[in-house]
Amino acid sequence: MSTSPKTRDEATGPVVESGPEEGGTHHDHPGEAQYIKIALILAAITAVEVAFSYWEAVEGILAPALIAMSIVKFVMVVAFFMHLRFDSRLFRRLFIAGMGLALFCFTAVLTTFHVWTR
Amino acid sequence: MSTTVTASSGSHTEIDPGHPPTSTGLTNEKVAMWSFLGSECLLFGALISTYLLFKGQSLPGTIQPVDVFDIPYTSVSSFVLLMSSLTMVLALAAIQRGDQRLTRVWLLTTALLGASFVAGQAYEFTVFVREGMNLRVNLFSSSFFVLTGFHGAHVTIGVLMLLSLYSLSMRGKLPPSKAETVELVGLYWHFVDVVWIVIFTLIYLIP
Repeated sequence: MSTSPKTRDEATGPVVESGPEEGGTHHDHPGEAQYIKIALILAAITAVEVAFSYWEAVEGILAPALIAMSIVKFVMVVAFFMHLRFDSRLFRRLFIAGMGLALFCFTAVLTTFHVWTR
Repeated sequence: MSTTVTASSGSHTEIDPGHPPTSTGLTNEKVAMWSFLGSECLLFGALISTYLLFKGQSLPGTIQPVDVFDIPYTSVSSFVLLMSSLTMVLALAAIQRGDQRLTRVWLLTTALLGASFVAGQAYEFTVFVREGMNLRVNLFSSSFFVLTGFHGAHVTIGVLMLLSLYSLSMRGKLPPSKAETVELVGLYWHFVDVVWIVIFTLIYLIP
């Protein structure tokens, strides 16, 4: 019987024997230069968000535009900095389950109280 | 019996050497952390929804967001927290390649950036209280303080965890084989960052 760590391919596939060179390594995560690029993009989006909040010309589309930009930032941090894009699907499912449940419950609550049509 | 299969490219399901085999092939700690973060979505979802529900419902003549919010100041705080996510991920990259010195540098930088954010929030709260806001004055101030206070408490806990990691590293108790510990603290740290991304937009920027 082997004592080497066992893994499953994407948490759903067959059990695999991981060699010693695989344990604890993260070959496909972005490199440091890529992390810095992502941080610069996030900073730029934040700057645009703040500029938009002062720009009267975009007042009509301010809320949707700001929400769209914040979703982009959210997804970038979760996908790249939290490595959800590269990690096991199980982690993605756990996080999306919590996020989805929260979105569903609280959208229902806010809709019940007519928050969108005030 | 197990089948030896080459793990597909892009998947990071391997467990650390020395960790007992698990039925999922994933470490229990990481599964627990992602489950915890999923449940935290519900906590912050409830707090954000409460703020939105009470938005514009405060008694006329009492303090309103437009009277107190200082967008440029909060933007700088947001930038600080965003950059702390970068330093956190750099700390993880450093420990994964076995660079202890850079790991400590980035962990300490992340803790300092987080502490700056908390200090900024404490200052902001002080200003708001001087302007007449408190937990009981109206719906806006109660829901605002509860939401941002909970978030600030999370950041404070994160700073304490980072300082603990720094202390462990200084004593030589954070070898590269324990990189997953840094990763778990990192996941928590990035989560408080993404929560702030949502709070900053919904509470501060959208009038």
